[in-house]
Amino acid sequence: MTTEPRLVEIRKNVLKQNDVIARALRERFREAGVLAVSLVSSPGAGKTAFLEKTLTLLRPRCRVAALVGDLATENDAARLARSQAPVKQILTGTVCHLEAAMVQSALEGWDLAQLDLLFIENVGNLVCPSSYDLGEDLRFVLLSVTEGEDKPLKYPTIFNSADVAVITKTDLAAAVEFDEAAALRNIQAVRPGMEVLKVSAKTSEGMDRYLAYLERRRASSRAAAAASK
Amino acid sequence: MHELSIAMSIVDMAQEEAERHGSAQVIAVHLRLGKLSGVVKEALLSSYEMACEATALEGSQLLIEEIPVEVFCPKCEVPRALDSIQWFCCPECGAATPTVLHGKELEVVSLEIKG
Repeated sequence: MTTEPRLVEIRKNVLKQNDVIARALRERFREAGVLAVSLVSSPGAGKTAFLEKTLTLLRPRCRVAALVGDLATENDAARLARSQAPVKQILTGTVCHLEAAMVQSALEGWDLAQLDLLFIENVGNLVCPSSYDLGEDLRFVLLSVTEGEDKPLKYPTIFNSADVAVITKTDLAAAVEFDEAAALRNIQAVRPGMEVLKVSAKTSEGMDRYLAYLERRRASSRAAAAASK
Repeated sequence: MHELSIAMSIVDMAQEEAERHGSAQVIAVHLRLGKLSGVVKEALLSSYEMACEATALEGSQLLIEEIPVEVFCPKCEVPRALDSIQWFCCPECGAATPTVLHGKELEVVSLEIKG
C-alpha cells in the first residue's frame, strides 16, 4: 500500500441530496397537476401580505394552499389562515432558508391531487435561498418599492435564480419617490427577459394582471402534464 | 449564512469517499465554486475549518477553484465569459444574455488522500 498522496476523482454536486428531493417534488407536482410557486424576498418586502391577498382572491376560483417558512414564529400561518385556505408553517429554527426536504416533510399527509396551486413562502432572506431548489415550477422574487431600486444589483444571484420579479407596495411608490424605470432596468440587467409584475396587496392594484398571469402558467403546465401522459 | 451547512455536507461527502478508499487520510478537497452559486468563498473557507473540527478531516485543506459566469450570446452565437454578475449582456456586442452556461457550480471535484 502506498503512502504517497494520490488524487481520487469525485465530481459530485454538494447539494445533490437537496436536488434529488427537489426533482422528486417537481415530478409529484407535475403528476398531480399542481402549479408550485415559491416566494423569496428580503424580510419585510410584503411576502405574507401578498400571499394573504393571493389566497383570498384565488380561494373562490381554485384549490389553493400554502406552506410558509419562518425562523421562529407561527404568526404568518395564523395571518394566512384567515383566507380559509389550507396553510402549514415550516419552522426552520436557526436555518436561514428552506430546503427541499423541509417542503417534502411539510407535505406529508397532503393529497396534492386535491390542489391546483401551491405557494411556498421562503424565509425572508435574499442570499441563502438562492442555492436551494425546492421543486417549485416558478420562483417569484419580491421587491418592495420602499427597498430601493438597486436591490437587484445588490443581490444578483437570487434575482438570476428567479423566474418572475414582483414589485410590491406600489401604493407607496409616490411617497418614497420610487424610480420604476431604474428598478426595471436593474432587473433586466441581472435577468434579461424576466417577467415583472407590479402589485399592491393593500389597494389590489395590479392583482388582476398577476392572477391572469398565474392562470396562464397553470393552463400551460396542465397542458404539458396532459401531453406527457 | 448557509455556508456552514454546505461545509458540513462537503465534510460528510469527503469522509464517505475516504472510507470507500480504505479509510484514507484526506489532505485536501478540491471544489469548483461558481460565481452564481450563492455561496461566498471566504465564508465557506472559514466554515470549512469549523466543520472539520473533531472529524477525520481536521487539518485538511479546502482548495477552491472559482468558476466565472459564462453565458451564451444569442447574437454572436458563442459562449462568452461575464466580468460582472450585475450585467448579463455580451461583452462584445452588448446583446442581452439570459442563458447561463456556467457559474452555478458547487461541486466536489476530487480528493487528495494518503494511506
